[in-house]
Amino acid sequence: MPGDLKSGRIVIVGASLAGLRAAEALREEGFTGSVTVVGDEPHAPYDRPPLSKQVLLGQATADTTGLPMRRDPEAEWRLGVRATGVDLLEKRVRLDDGESLPYDRVLIATGTRARPWPDQREGALDGVFTLRTREDGAGLAERLAARPERVLVIGAGFTGSEIASACRELGIEVTVAERGPAPLVGALGGTLAKLAAVMQRNHGVDLRTGVTVTALNGDGSFTGAQLSDGSRVDADVCVVALGAIRNVEWLADSGLAAGPRGIACDAGCRAFNMYGIVTDDVFVAGDVSRFPHPLFGYQMLSLEHWGNAVEQAEVAAHNMVNPGPLQRPHLSIPTFWSTQFGLNIKSVGVPTYSDHVVIAQGSLEARRLAMVYGYQGRVTAAVTVDMAKSLDYYRHLIETAAPFPPPPGAQDRAIAADVTIPSAVPDPSVLSHGPTVALTGYLPDRRLTVV
Amino acid sequence: MDSTTLLARITDYASRPNPYPLYEELRETGPVVQQADGSYLIGGYHQIAALLHDPRLSADPRTRGDDTGNQPFLRLDDPEHHRLRTLAMRPFGPPHSPGRVDGMRGEIDRITKELLEPFEAGRQIDVVDDFAYPLPVAVICSLLGVPREDEPLFRAWSDSLVAAADVRPEDDPTERKEAGEQARMEMAGYLLNLAEQRRGKPGDDLLSHFVNEPDPALRLTQEELAATAVLLLIAGHETTVNLITNGALTLLRQPEQLDRLRREPDLLPQAVEELLRYEPPVQMRERIPHADLDVAGTPVPRGASVVLALASGNRDPQRFRDPDRFDPARPDNQHLGFGSGIHLCFGGALARVEAYAALRALLPHLGTASLVQDPPPYRQNAMLRGPRHLPVQL
Repeated sequence: MPGDLKSGRIVIVGASLAGLRAAEALREEGFTGSVTVVGDEPHAPYDRPPLSKQVLLGQATADTTGLPMRRDPEAEWRLGVRATGVDLLEKRVRLDDGESLPYDRVLIATGTRARPWPDQREGALDGVFTLRTREDGAGLAERLAARPERVLVIGAGFTGSEIASACRELGIEVTVAERGPAPLVGALGGTLAKLAAVMQRNHGVDLRTGVTVTALNGDGSFTGAQLSDGSRVDADVCVVALGAIRNVEWLADSGLAAGPRGIACDAGCRAFNMYGIVTDDVFVAGDVSRFPHPLFGYQMLSLEHWGNAVEQAEVAAHNMVNPGPLQRPHLSIPTFWSTQFGLNIKSVGVPTYSDHVVIAQGSLEARRLAMVYGYQGRVTAAVTVDMAKSLDYYRHLIETAAPFPPPPGAQDRAIAADVTIPSAVPDPSVLSHGPTVALTGYLPDRRLTVV
Repeated sequence: MDSTTLLARITDYASRPNPYPLYEELRETGPVVQQADGSYLIGGYHQIAALLHDPRLSADPRTRGDDTGNQPFLRLDDPEHHRLRTLAMRPFGPPHSPGRVDGMRGEIDRITKELLEPFEAGRQIDVVDDFAYPLPVAVICSLLGVPREDEPLFRAWSDSLVAAADVRPEDDPTERKEAGEQARMEMAGYLLNLAEQRRGKPGDDLLSHFVNEPDPALRLTQEELAATAVLLLIAGHETTVNLITNGALTLLRQPEQLDRLRREPDLLPQAVEELLRYEPPVQMRERIPHADLDVAGTPVPRGASVVLALASGNRDPQRFRDPDRFDPARPDNQHLGFGSGIHLCFGGALARVEAYAALRALLPHLGTASLVQDPPPYRQNAMLRGPRHLPVQL
């Protein structure tokens, strides 16, 4: 009786971007039953990308990044309450206030949290921050506004690099310590990461690569850090930007396929249980999910991207209220963007799923380019720097598995467009921060050459 | 009729009042329809949108081997296009001049009010000559730093230039192109002279900013300045006139929507977007492939003339539900009225502000007004389509 799917009780665990968009989409899809949204933060859903950009620059305060609602999802909001478990047999979500919520279908969208500094005592020093929540953003913005002498950023992924960019824009000295060979290397590969390194240094960042931070110094307040090369950085603020941890611990006893790499689900956002059997009434969306993607070898992908949270939430919501034959797969091509050091960086596809790259348009010298990534002779990703208008073209090449390198004829095509070079995608285990796209199956073999 | 003459039929003056059935025919025949003159006509929203973002499509007539002089950035490819457009944007919009267009609202409202003063009930007016034309002219003159009283001068040049850029498949363009070239030279000389007067004595207009740029790396050459200034002056008024006029015409034809907007003025910004979809002033754009293309299974050779029928894409039922309906509250209205991709209309933000101000001020006068002539007489141009006059009884 498909009509039943439009009514009943739906519980959404996670009150951030994916949770909100799913709730809205359920109503768009004609769901008339009850929707309950559980969130461990006390706030209504808010947007995180501005926290590492506009908020740090003082252009917006952290409490103004609330997500606009596209329509009233007519939900019961249970905010400031943490889900502690889910009983798949009884169909209940347990909460830390002792209550449990019965459901007919449940959507898990618990996202990720910042990876803390591993030494708890050092991490608790005054002046040591992570950046994930609204409170983190407000606290760090306040500290930057007080003009510290120097900020140490540990980890040069997107969050770390954006923080370093904001510091420089505010005229604050900043040191970035990165275990890998260059900033953003885990997301963009080694070749484009070289441009990122040049940009940071040109903007006055004291960039240290190939080093780790071995200890945070201070007695009550942070005063500096020891690096693995024996050097020492004196600073009064430290931002730990070591990537994210997926919020799955609360599902440990649930019997779901939930682990450090996320909760595995099928293309329709239906969660797998620990035996790899798909569930009918448990759905997953957003950063916490890992799902198979046919364009990338059916590898399980985990994406920490804004766009993925929105698109996956919409597909999950659709599938929660429609019978099997009408369900849709989540097959959208991953995209993300970043703004740093005056550059607009946009990506489509999965850059780490590559063996070679080519500069298809523009040049490193012009600080304006489109870099196309290929794997075994087909296009799998593209990253534009200040050239985002071409992105749809490259998306089409990825969708159609077009041959790599891309065909000639593009405007602003450099001589280098005929020279493919290794993409230098590093093993994620050498990064100090997590890559924002995690291929959770195997890594493509970089030694393979273009067919 | 033969679909290989579709473009000729669309550009035929008799089709000007309502080309939309022909666009429908194009979409049904397409997505790519080769024309008798060798050009390729494309009318589907998704194909057009993809081609506007395809870096292999050139906007530069030299790609076809045309020997032309200095081109404005509208007719250049990257990286030249990017450099010139970025320099032109410096005094006009973000990131260097983020408040410029918004800061013109007051002035636009003032000009609007002034123009509407003689609009008394019972009078017959011409929406084009009395309002929709003088408003954008006054705005672009003030923005660029051109004396408004020189309007008759640049109107003649502008007419020749726009005619030269028109696509008319069954017509020899040589004479039009020569006249256009002559007009362009004269207009360029006029604008360079104006700019020269501001060197060292800057006002807050764009010409002043261009000639007084302190950083030599960000300075336009004389030729670039001429091409840019001509482009901004022409594009700054040739299209907005049609947007405002089409808006008045559409609302007069649909009194229930007119009433709705009078009751719900908050819908006006959305209504402007819908107008850009429903009756876009720029109906078609031409591009030239740098390489052999495959468009939805149809080969399109390099060097060919590819005509993208933006107005057809805007009415494509594959993209817009009930596309022939004018719905000021339409959601998800990502129209092609301003094009898309790297050549996305440079003045789009200003056009929106002007159309919004114009329609908001005009609405109270239209409540009891009626069209004197429907359809009204149209301008010759099929690419930049709009009524030449719009007589209305107030």
